[in-house]
Amino acid sequence: MRFLPLTKDDRAAMLARIGVRDVNALFRDVPESAEAPLASFDLPDAKGELEVERILSRFAGRNMAAGDVPSFCGAGAYRHHVPAAVDHLIQRSEFLTSYTPYQPEIAQGTLQYLFEFQTQVALLTGMDVANASLYDGSTATAEAVLMAFRVTKRGKAIFSGGIHPHYAATTETIANLHGRVVRAPVAPGRVADLTAMIDEETACVIVQTPDVFGLIRDLKPVAEAAHAKGALLIAVVTEVVSLGLLEPPGAQGADIVVAEGQSIGNGLNFGGPYLGLFATREKFIRQMPGRLVGETTDAAGKRGYVLTLSTREQHIRRDKATSNICTNSGLCALAFTIHLSLLGEDGLVRLGASNHARASMLADKLVAIRGVSLLTPNFFNEFTLRLPRDAAEVVETLAARGILAGVPASRLMPANSGVRDLLIVAATETNTDEDCAAFAKALAEVLS
Amino acid sequence: MSELPTISGDRSLDHEEPLIFEIGRAGKTGVDLPDVKVTDARLGGLHRKGVIGLPGLSEPEVVRHYVRLSRNNYAIDAGLYPLGSCTMKHNPRLNEKMARLPGFADVHPLAPQSAAQGALALISELARWLTTLTGMPAVAMSPKAGAHGELCGILTIRAAVEARGEMRTRVLIPESAHGTNPATAAFAGFTVDEIKATPDGRVDLDSLRSKLGPDVAAFMLTNPNTCGLFERDIVEIAQLVHKAGAYFYCDGANFNAIAGRVRPGDLGVDAMHINLHKTFSTPHGGGGPGAGPVVLSERLAPFAPLPLLLLEKDGIRLVEDKSQAPAAAKPFGRMCAFHGQMGMFVRALSYMLSHGRDGIRQASEDAVLSANYILAGLKDVLHAPFEGPCMHEALFDDESLGVSTLDFAKAMIDEGYHPMTMYFPLVVHGAMLIEPTESESKESLDRFIHVLRAMALEAKAGRKERFEGAPRLAPRRRLDEVAASRKPVLRWKPELPKAAE
Repeated sequence: MRFLPLTKDDRAAMLARIGVRDVNALFRDVPESAEAPLASFDLPDAKGELEVERILSRFAGRNMAAGDVPSFCGAGAYRHHVPAAVDHLIQRSEFLTSYTPYQPEIAQGTLQYLFEFQTQVALLTGMDVANASLYDGSTATAEAVLMAFRVTKRGKAIFSGGIHPHYAATTETIANLHGRVVRAPVAPGRVADLTAMIDEETACVIVQTPDVFGLIRDLKPVAEAAHAKGALLIAVVTEVVSLGLLEPPGAQGADIVVAEGQSIGNGLNFGGPYLGLFATREKFIRQMPGRLVGETTDAAGKRGYVLTLSTREQHIRRDKATSNICTNSGLCALAFTIHLSLLGEDGLVRLGASNHARASMLADKLVAIRGVSLLTPNFFNEFTLRLPRDAAEVVETLAARGILAGVPASRLMPANSGVRDLLIVAATETNTDEDCAAFAKALAEVLS
Repeated sequence: MSELPTISGDRSLDHEEPLIFEIGRAGKTGVDLPDVKVTDARLGGLHRKGVIGLPGLSEPEVVRHYVRLSRNNYAIDAGLYPLGSCTMKHNPRLNEKMARLPGFADVHPLAPQSAAQGALALISELARWLTTLTGMPAVAMSPKAGAHGELCGILTIRAAVEARGEMRTRVLIPESAHGTNPATAAFAGFTVDEIKATPDGRVDLDSLRSKLGPDVAAFMLTNPNTCGLFERDIVEIAQLVHKAGAYFYCDGANFNAIAGRVRPGDLGVDAMHINLHKTFSTPHGGGGPGAGPVVLSERLAPFAPLPLLLLEKDGIRLVEDKSQAPAAAKPFGRMCAFHGQMGMFVRALSYMLSHGRDGIRQASEDAVLSANYILAGLKDVLHAPFEGPCMHEALFDDESLGVSTLDFAKAMIDEGYHPMTMYFPLVVHGAMLIEPTESESKESLDRFIHVLRAMALEAKAGRKERFEGAPRLAPRRRLDEVAASRKPVLRWKPELPKAAE
């Protein structure tokens, strides 16, 4: 077995040193009835690298990779070009195979990049501070709502209708145990006024921008309405590249900003691992979930970094912790931070602009098709179309022709009969003119 | 002889590296993108007004920066990493290569299911390995890490209790448990009650009996436990818990000691999360990402969260919404967007296929053998609070050591080792929990034992030079954590320009 360095002789010598006859003696505390013989496991025996590679490649071969076809799927996960240097650097042993930086003197590499990551996230979102990452955007949203409950000592959360339904469901699963989550009705392409729903019991209002249909939301009016009742505004961003082009939530009155960071540095990966971003105002730092890296000095006076404010965390506070999170998304945060370092200010602004230009061009092409209309007058790189037919059927038909046409709204909200004809389409810098033309041509044919 | 300081401030391969914000300059970039002009016509008046403040760097500068940072990290690839409970075993590189196949890495989570049947088949195959290895009938695949898996398991239990029309508000947890256990139970809305340990480091059955009652929803137990010991009364524990109408949750963080030899399902466990990033070696990546699928007993299976995988005649169907679930399913909700940590699933299945059932069993046995070898090699110089044999990790404490656990651990850094887990579990004073894993050769273990013996003997002889103020040779001396938390500096800020004269 190529991964196990002990030889038969080594094992015998070690058993002798321990003073037992065989390895079974070391398992003597296991009740005999609980010992399962090897043959009782209906699983294959060890395989060489070549065989494993063959088996897994067969699984991979049965999927349509987004890069192999014109692909316009978004709705919370976006395909962007990730520079080659990113994947090379995150595979360095010292990053890939280290643990959570519990011994800071020999983990300054991890701690410094997390400090840089926290800074980048704070700058992007327009907030004071950010944590060292959570699992993904959806769980970050749930954590934000629980934090708002703690900060306001209230127990009602209001979701705007434009929230990604998986995010709302994830949040309800946990937040309904500590309070009450209310969802505003879904109104594709429109902005509903939530003011009437906000009352003195409201801890927070959660608004996604651009929302699940792609619509850019102005957060200022809802921030004012929330603050007028003593509630917090939580802004959710599922496409973090949009912050290269759009006004950040922090400049619009958000108290907590959570985001899915996958778009920068990380692949689609069929949904995970992704990267939860969490940023807030300085005054709330002791209520934040997740790990935080802080600057300090060592015994020789040199600048260094450590995990800090851990009295908020489970390993110290146990059942009084702000969250139960332990392992987070460290390596995804590294990929994010390297990609963003490569982009820099100019790169991110250009990336944002080129995404918007691409999507605008595609939207113009698609609405020129008879019977197709655009529901989202404002958008970043994603918009929603009304089709003259069931959108899920159209997507299946186009997939069979080798085009991933986007996400039918019914995939996300199957119980809502009002969205069956809606198609959510995303375009990024990875979509070529030919991709867009092929999509428009195929859609026109399918609908004719 | 005191060292002559260098002119540069660097020391040979050991470079001081500023923050990217201190290196970058406006106008530079590491990515060439077209300069596309956009109009505000479709931006709803929300075009960004101010600058973001990100530094600009070229690719060579970025590469050098992160390479230099990486060299300040200890890693399992570079040396023995004996962090107890964390399972720092070798990460096979094949797994990395497989996870990067475009057929996995470049598949959109909401691509039509007909275009992702291979991905769904892979999840279902991994689920088969997990249920077979644990002897449990069902598994919820979506949780994103161990603590997330615990939460999933406890919420499943909560749903089952509610479905029985009962009000059970307490969860029982041994005092030696990982901090995530009580945090999870509280997160899920339960109050936590601690169970005492016996003098031999196991669950005190009398304490458990006295705390069980009609208001107890679950007992959460790590097995092998955090002292590195197998709970030999586990079958009786399960019976007691079930008799009280509660569910038995097992924290599977230490499954790597028994995988391929013991099936938790045979022990009466109702739910157990499996850290794919421990037992099945997906890399820790400096703190994540992980994955924490939860295996479930027959009674809990109907309450598993969305999404569900259904094997149907014309393929695998992913059920993402309650409205599409089969009548028997009563999903308690959703743990996260999409379907879980696919990247980790591929790596874990690659590990399993490589090892096979025989290799998985051998790995467990080697891990236990190596830990006992360390116990045997050190127990006459470091105090072991509990009688062996241990399972996959050996526990020591600071009794009659002469220096603190912290000083001892920091001195290990100067010797070229990552310290063991310190001050955990909490039931032992100055705990030192050593987990060598199956990845170390006998020569590596012998050398480790030799070094730790010599250190312990010096400490006991009152020779403290090596310990006080250690480490001396690491990229940093001991860091001031108190100052860091007293006045938190959590981000870089530009220096304020000096006021004009």
